[in-house]
Amino acid sequence: MAQLTYRASVSLAIAQSMRKDQKVFFIGEDVGAAGGVFKATVGLLEEFGKERVMDAPISEQAILGAAMGAAMTGLRPIAEIMFSDFLAVCWDIVANQIAKTRYMSDGQINIPLVIRTANGGGSKFGAQHSQSLENWSMMIPGLKVVAPSCPSDVLGLMDSAVKDPDPVIFYEHKSLYAFKEEIEQTDLSIPIGEANTLHEGKDITIIGLALMAQRAKDAALILKDKHDINAKVIDLRSLVPLDLQTIKKSVIETGHVMTVEENPRLCGWGAEISSLISEHCFKNLKGPVTRVTTPHVPLPSADILEDNTIPSVELIVNEVIKKLKGE
Amino acid sequence: MVDKLNDDIGEEKRLQLWEMMLKLRLVEKKAYDLFLQNLIKGTSHLALGQEAIAGAFGVALKQGDYTFCTYRGHAHTLARGSSIEGVLGELMGRQCGLMKGKGGSMHLTDVDKGVMGSYAIIGAHLTIANGTALASKYNKTNEVSVCFFGDGTTNIGAFHEALNMAKIWNLPIVFVCENNLYMEYTPIHEVTAVEHPAADRAGAYDLDKIIVDGNDADEMLRTAEKAISKAREGKGPSLIEAKTYRHSGHSRADPGKYRPDEEVKDWMENKDPIKNYRAKLLDFNINEKIISEIEEKIKDQVEKATEISMASPIPEIKEIYTDVWANGGSEWHN
Repeated sequence: MAQLTYRASVSLAIAQSMRKDQKVFFIGEDVGAAGGVFKATVGLLEEFGKERVMDAPISEQAILGAAMGAAMTGLRPIAEIMFSDFLAVCWDIVANQIAKTRYMSDGQINIPLVIRTANGGGSKFGAQHSQSLENWSMMIPGLKVVAPSCPSDVLGLMDSAVKDPDPVIFYEHKSLYAFKEEIEQTDLSIPIGEANTLHEGKDITIIGLALMAQRAKDAALILKDKHDINAKVIDLRSLVPLDLQTIKKSVIETGHVMTVEENPRLCGWGAEISSLISEHCFKNLKGPVTRVTTPHVPLPSADILEDNTIPSVELIVNEVIKKLKGE
Repeated sequence: MVDKLNDDIGEEKRLQLWEMMLKLRLVEKKAYDLFLQNLIKGTSHLALGQEAIAGAFGVALKQGDYTFCTYRGHAHTLARGSSIEGVLGELMGRQCGLMKGKGGSMHLTDVDKGVMGSYAIIGAHLTIANGTALASKYNKTNEVSVCFFGDGTTNIGAFHEALNMAKIWNLPIVFVCENNLYMEYTPIHEVTAVEHPAADRAGAYDLDKIIVDGNDADEMLRTAEKAISKAREGKGPSLIEAKTYRHSGHSRADPGKYRPDEEVKDWMENKDPIKNYRAKLLDFNINEKIISEIEEKIKDQVEKATEISMASPIPEIKEIYTDVWANGGSEWHN
């Protein structure tokens, strides 16, 4: 039994995949000698050498293009985009090339690559280094979208992402890098597309992702202790593929649903979940689906401003009470 | 006058190049005819007049090498040995098409022949071609990657990112700029800071400045062979700027009226790579009967491939839902 941080689980997950398969290599900016700007890739260069851990120039298009081309030949690259916000400068490679080439080639080409990226707020980095962008990639056919909420999920989902024959965008949450977990066995594999239940309950279903899943779990503990409300917290783990069955099963039991998203409200992933629930579980609903999101603003930087923009545990607790008790 | 005694290319390879270029020319002409008959929908970007570049590389490359081309990629695809009906069928949206109608004219792909795709967003494929080159280096195999693009591409960021990466990692790749003097509808010199849009940038990436007459098939072949050998020997990337001219407009919608009549006439009459190469073959004392037989053979092949394409069924509607994922399907939730 060892205590592992989310940060350490990233480098361990990459190392485990690279030990298992010579086809796996790792490419990104400052990932080798520097060990990553979040120190999430420390030790990889020392273990695997420059041929498999490649420090790249600040050229996000060239990094993802090279990863894509290598993947087309059967290699299994892991490419890092330092901040998910930087996906905007290489979005052509992601959305037009990586996502569509399999389809356009009538299945002649597989692109088994993983794009890891530091996502989300909490670090007071301002609007261009703090966004939660899972929904950008969710809307593009051909991309799988994973966002782990804890160290064991980082290990298990990375193993599956690297083995996956399709491109996977792996959103790591910056505010979770220090999150610790007791882990018995590090060589884990968790199938992509299976949600995880973080808290059991039959009064309300709260659906979250990454940091928001952890905050929803913390909120559920308070709701149970202080308000006699039993919330089921579903950590989606991945948006594509989506575990709709787990959502449906819980909604049928609770009749109340809340999604908690870190992104601005418009076109956030919760809107799609809400739509699916109304299509599949309309008769089971006891009220409208509630969406908790950031307001429709770029993320501000100052402590008090950022803290009041991103949904907090307290906000989730209050929204649940308001929803269930009308208070 | 040609120097027959010091002929480094030889009759066999010249006839191969002749047959290749002729095939590219006649298939593009057929594509144009099929457009006029409304049998090809969508858009199309013909490479009429630019055949010597794709043709020379087609002759110079080996099986297993990787090529990447643009939306003006019919010729480059055929030059790797893809079937004519595979190309025309794809343009016509038939099941015999290379991608059974899923990609269309701008995305021709034939992995078995090393055609790693045709790319319709300017610049992207230079970065992707680095990836197959990186794979060859990583696997310690000796394939060469070749990436074709137009003069307009030299002004987009991905061009510069890709050249820098290819150089710092000494990748086995050849970048080929087909400078046809026009960026879509605009003369390239009006929108570019340097006279030679690719070659004048080579120095910025510690690459040799290589400019070649892209309509001189022999020179094109020599240049291609040299750059390919350099890459295969592990001596790194090359950037070639081949001067050429397209006989037709940018795309189906463009009659090319922005180009001066005299300029078009000069390129069509005096600098046509096919016409000039035929004359050169005769200069080298190659029997005209052999030249004509090749012409007849290719004409026949194009006609037969057209018949096959027209007879090929259209795709089934259920194909819409296939091959998003490696499991063959398109489902995104359970």
